[in-house]
Amino acid sequence: MKRSIVFLAVSLGLALPAAAQKKYDPGASDSEIKIGNTNPYSGPASAYGTIGKSIAAYFKMVNDQGGINGRKINFISYDDSYSPPKTVEMARKLVEQDEVLFLFQTLGTPSNTAIHQYMNMKKVPQMMVATGASKWNDPKGHPWTMGWQPNYHDEAVIYAKHILKTKPNAKIAVLYQNDDYGKDYLRGLHDGLGDKKGMIVKEVSYEVSDPTVDSQIVQLQASGADTFINITTPKFAAMAIRKAYDTGWKPLQYLNNVSIGIGSVLTPAGLEKSVGLITLGYLKEPTDKQFENDPAIVKWRAFMKKYYPDGSMVDNLNVYGYTVGQAIAQVLRQCGDNLTRENVMRQAASMKGLHIETLLPGVTVTTGADDFAPIEAGQLERFDGKEWVRFGEVMGR
Amino acid sequence: MSKKFLLLIFLLIAACALPFLVSNYRTFQLTLVLVYAIALLGLNLLTGYSGQISLGHGAFYALGAYCTAILMSKAGLPYWATVPLAGAVCLVAGFLFGLPALRLEGLYLALATFALGVSMPQLLKYHHLEQWTGGVQGIVIEKPNAPFSLPLNPDRWLYFFTLAVAIVMFVLAWNLVRGRVGRALVAIRDQHVAAEAMGVNGALYKSAAFGVSAMYTGVAGALGAIAVQFVAPDSFNVFLSITLLVGVVVGGLASISGALYGALFIQFVPNIADEISKAAPWAIFGVFMLGFVYLMPTGVAGAIRLLSAKRRSP
Repeated sequence: MKRSIVFLAVSLGLALPAAAQKKYDPGASDSEIKIGNTNPYSGPASAYGTIGKSIAAYFKMVNDQGGINGRKINFISYDDSYSPPKTVEMARKLVEQDEVLFLFQTLGTPSNTAIHQYMNMKKVPQMMVATGASKWNDPKGHPWTMGWQPNYHDEAVIYAKHILKTKPNAKIAVLYQNDDYGKDYLRGLHDGLGDKKGMIVKEVSYEVSDPTVDSQIVQLQASGADTFINITTPKFAAMAIRKAYDTGWKPLQYLNNVSIGIGSVLTPAGLEKSVGLITLGYLKEPTDKQFENDPAIVKWRAFMKKYYPDGSMVDNLNVYGYTVGQAIAQVLRQCGDNLTRENVMRQAASMKGLHIETLLPGVTVTTGADDFAPIEAGQLERFDGKEWVRFGEVMGR
Repeated sequence: MSKKFLLLIFLLIAACALPFLVSNYRTFQLTLVLVYAIALLGLNLLTGYSGQISLGHGAFYALGAYCTAILMSKAGLPYWATVPLAGAVCLVAGFLFGLPALRLEGLYLALATFALGVSMPQLLKYHHLEQWTGGVQGIVIEKPNAPFSLPLNPDRWLYFFTLAVAIVMFVLAWNLVRGRVGRALVAIRDQHVAAEAMGVNGALYKSAAFGVSAMYTGVAGALGAIAVQFVAPDSFNVFLSITLLVGVVVGGLASISGALYGALFIQFVPNIADEISKAAPWAIFGVFMLGFVYLMPTGVAGAIRLLSAKRRSP
């Protein structure tokens, strides 16, 4: 009798911590982790849909290799055609019907804005959203939402710091798109320059509906500026680069990261007219000659061949998906057997200098309880007429 | 007649019971079906009954949605008060747009309305309007709770609210098309010259039809905004207008009940298509659409009419 009581006590003592260790919220179990996603597989922004496909391919590879802590990833991704009402519908489906543990990499600023309140009200993580707006880094107001890529604001701060360091007497002209994306950059520029804000001699905006930005460039040139910060989306970036060169202005030019495609922007603008452009990169470009034999890119190519053979080998969005997949895999590994939504959020907010090999050397993923912006660093790159050449050190945090 | 009445009663009971049988998410989807049904009803009044094609009704949907969002977020009006206001704004806007546009016939009218649908998202982004529209950011609105402490969660309450509005709108439309106005519209559609000879003021009726149609779509937009709790220019691109037209044709032209079938189609078929193939959801959607058009050339409502007629006359 006594022995059996001792046995009971011991076994209870052993069982309790074990039971306490395994904690699940909806979407997690001993065998699987359900992750939800929305992507524009159709509609105007369907070019981004490849991100969702490459993430799905990445998880397939993870599952083939045994999953994460023995659990398979069940990645459920729906098409929202980049339409916010559809995103709301699909997010609700994922949370309420499919009962996923969290949403991951939902794509688009308007789409994520549409579900921002809902996700935070439901206390379901809206993890590593695929947009560069700075509002996702708001741990106090929206503790269930986290960003991913360097946000527009921080990128602009880095340009401002670089100008202050290398060209303290610059006269700066800014062209920006008149929406939240352009204004995010502009605010970052102001913050980065601080009390030297007076260096900006001219700010001109354009509308997405404008046919050209020629008159804006002429205005900027007339201001006598010698440094040009080009905050434009691909089509306008190409026009601005070309016009700035053709008018004989030839300032020192900074080009925002969203428009650095060599094929999509610099070639139409004219490669010889793009020489000297400066931008900020954070991912290894698959077309970059320097990374031709880089182990990470070689591994990525093998991954693409095996798991996503339809995907484009020159599209850096596929590197993007592969990279962010590794980040969330790391978060889930850290969660161990405590797969509650709260713990997922907590682990995601405690990545300290995580390096993913497809990020540029020196760029790391770092978060904290008051820092929901995982990547905040990048390296400046200058275009030499053929490719982006990295220079200087990694900037940002 | 009484059999039809019984069927309606049965449908109403089913509609009331439905949200208690399914999840909140499904209830939300059903709310959207009702919203689309109202919009399709409006477009059907125009396209089905008076024979004018509009490729721009998404613009009125957007207008209604923005009216509600702005009135709720900026003027602090309760959600229910914004719905009739949104309808009124769209009625006037539709009538005014209809006046000059209706001098255009057939394809030319389609193009004029297409222009409206195409330009709407960009107008909503226009920076002088930004203080009201919120620009590309859009406007986030609060979800209403059930009043009088009714034991309903917000999703169910919103469903019943939308259902009530939908019933009112359907009854109105039913009365409209059965009366003088309906006959006049059909007469204009079928034989324009003869209708004029009988003393039907073609231009006036057509403008009025456009206005009423816009009002329906605007009310739907308002309800849609409340259900989704968010409006942004990207929500109302030209594809919405085309989707509405698809819904009308698939549901059945010149049929009141067709609006409901069309709404079910545009709400659920894209989701089914997405589940079948991620690579080509639109291709699957296209197959569905072709199937419907070939198998039911008069829309779902027409097919049902045909079936029941066949059963009655063996």
